[in-house]
Amino acid sequence: MTNELVQPAVSAPETPLITRSQFDTLPACGALQSGLVAVAMSGGVDSSTVAALLQEQGRRLVGLTMQLWNQRRLPELQGSAPAHHRCCSTDDVYDAKRVAQHLDFPHYVVNFEEYFERRVVRPFVDQYLAGRTPIACTNCNTNVKFEPLLRMARQIGAERLATGHYARIRKNQATGRWELLGARDDSKDQSYFLWGLTQEQLAGSEFPLGELSKDQVREAARRTNLPVAEKPESMELCFVPNGNYVQFIAAYSRERNLPVSEQFGEIVDETGTVIGRHTGLHQFTVGQRKGLGFAVGKPLYVLALDRENNRVVVGDDEALRTSASEIEGINWIAIDSPKQPLRARVKIRHKHNAAGATVEPIDATHARVIFDQPQRAITAGQGAVFYDGDRVLGGGWICSPKP
Amino acid sequence: MNRVYLDYNATTPVDPAVLDAMLPYFSGDFGNASSIHTFGQRARSAVETARENVAGLFGARPQEIVFTSGGTEADNHAIFGIVEAASGSAKHVITTSIEHEAVLNPCQALEKRGTLVTYLSVDRDGLIDVDELRNVLAAHPETGLITVMHANNELGTVQRLEEIGQIAAEADVFFHTDAVQSVGKLSIDVNAQNIDLLSLSGHKLYAPKGIGALYIRGGTRLRQLLYGGHHQRGFRPGTENVAGIVGLGKAAQMAKSLLTDDAARISKLRDTLEQGLVERVPDAHVNASGAPRTPNTTNITFPGLEGEALVISLDLKGLACSTGAACSSGAVEPSHVLTAIGRCADEARASLRFSLGRPTTGSDIDFALRVVPAAVAQLRELSTAYQKTGASHDQ
Repeated sequence: MTNELVQPAVSAPETPLITRSQFDTLPACGALQSGLVAVAMSGGVDSSTVAALLQEQGRRLVGLTMQLWNQRRLPELQGSAPAHHRCCSTDDVYDAKRVAQHLDFPHYVVNFEEYFERRVVRPFVDQYLAGRTPIACTNCNTNVKFEPLLRMARQIGAERLATGHYARIRKNQATGRWELLGARDDSKDQSYFLWGLTQEQLAGSEFPLGELSKDQVREAARRTNLPVAEKPESMELCFVPNGNYVQFIAAYSRERNLPVSEQFGEIVDETGTVIGRHTGLHQFTVGQRKGLGFAVGKPLYVLALDRENNRVVVGDDEALRTSASEIEGINWIAIDSPKQPLRARVKIRHKHNAAGATVEPIDATHARVIFDQPQRAITAGQGAVFYDGDRVLGGGWICSPKP
Repeated sequence: MNRVYLDYNATTPVDPAVLDAMLPYFSGDFGNASSIHTFGQRARSAVETARENVAGLFGARPQEIVFTSGGTEADNHAIFGIVEAASGSAKHVITTSIEHEAVLNPCQALEKRGTLVTYLSVDRDGLIDVDELRNVLAAHPETGLITVMHANNELGTVQRLEEIGQIAAEADVFFHTDAVQSVGKLSIDVNAQNIDLLSLSGHKLYAPKGIGALYIRGGTRLRQLLYGGHHQRGFRPGTENVAGIVGLGKAAQMAKSLLTDDAARISKLRDTLEQGLVERVPDAHVNASGAPRTPNTTNITFPGLEGEALVISLDLKGLACSTGAACSSGAVEPSHVLTAIGRCADEARASLRFSLGRPTTGSDIDFALRVVPAAVAQLRELSTAYQKTGASHDQ
């Protein structure tokens, strides 16, 4: 069995995308309206094109748009937010409605503001304040889009929920497991944000854009005359439309009556020598270079945030490179939780080039990742996703380094 | 698809007779009611006839009616108009926790400007306690306005306006009521009930959207909301929406003659629906059933499901109803009314409002009695939470 140490348990057979329904992992349900697909519509070009493409295939559609965040919620941030390109704004909801009207299928807005705040926004802020660098999108996928929204889709009789993610899903006939694969268009691949999906969630979902490039998607949007065909992409986190996390966290914390500490703290180098002062840990993330507030003649980076001592530890680029990290909360997708170490290419942030590593399981949801080469800024709170080729074996959260 | 509409509290269709009455005023008799010439005089005469009809619906005089763009403007005008006309700095407003946002949000805006607002609580049927009102009034001699809605949009609960009006009159405090959900459904008499200001909206009584009215008792000083020309004696500048006003007048006239028969027929259908659903759906219960209610409204909790999913499922099957109040995007916000009557968040989410109207027929109710129990059963099948509670009930 030694070859299993270096090879994932099962190789990926080239089976076509599953498009027929196969709910072997979901309880049978008499309420299903056969063939009905729910489309998660953000009002953007990607999810709108999903609707257009599925309709061309002759599928019956119902559109669902999530109301996630009240833009009036933190009025003090209003002045600084750009007027457009904001996700989850009322304008986006109207765009989704226009698309549904254009293609002529029923569309509904569902209110998940409470879920979103409890499961995405609050954890995001808490993680930030704990000195980690969280990814809200992964939580939103795992705990909102593919949880209450997927449940809503099934409740109203849809077989599946289709989304505009650039990734692929297929059933591996050999293992009987649902697998998540990267998008054909590597530059658009969003599988990094989807590692949290369970077998049941994957079985109930469809990613029709996984085989397409962004250009092909735009082309399809134009060909079907979608009213959003020329809409620009939203890049920022949807609830922080101006991208200013520090300002958002301060405002949100004030609203919760838990104002962030703006207590002065020390900025120290690796030896503990004080080389500067800061006004609140939440203003820093690991790997950050700019904005340290002083210059020492060579580029310095944030190495760690020491919450206990309210300290920011900085050092040069070389000191940011480490080889090992502990991963928690792992969700295994293509394989059962392994007992033995396995080889994988591991991605530690969205734009990171997956690097060769050995994943040593500690228990079902914990593992240690040892990279072949040191990696720059392995950041607590980000996801670590284990790939075998373009197949996602599983993923988890990068832990804070042990003191 | 055959579609049945049971959401008349959200809006009503324009009655064909109302539409007929309005049509001449778009292109033929298109005059500006303020103009001296014959075109203007025809429009003026139509507006004044409408004013008489609206006033006649609740015992007011025509000159006490100001036409507005709808219920929201009427509520804003009444609340800001009274509070900001009052002299002196000590200001206090009494309202309830179950008002429509067109009253709640102006009150919150007043609070930001330094006015104290008391929100009266309600009992499990949605009724305020008049003794609490008396106590609050006694504790706040500086009170300038009491604003209590007549009928609640979500529950149908009807407040005892006569008693409230009596208390307000004795304390010499202005009394405003948002009667958007009751005008045309219940008989109202502004004099017998001591009402000083009353808001109504056209599209809840088979007139079009975009027209409403505010009744202002003669002699009441009100700061104006909008500044402009001298239309409507300066109370509400802006060229009159003649066709809309004519429609509202016709609708008011019809409501007056149909009110008693409508109420009897519609409440019978409502009771059939309500009893039928309670019999056919296990654990279903009616909210505010102990209070006097508008004849057309029923609000039912179906434990163990999400009302939002039920509304969508029913719409896909052709039945239109609602949960909570709709916001601009169409998303459902948790109901402040159901929480105010003591429902927990899960129960509030599991509640649906069916509201009937003049066009509702017995076969509409039969249709609802067929599709709702089936849809609830299907959703409950998917709800592990309900199955768990259900199991514990059996033990």
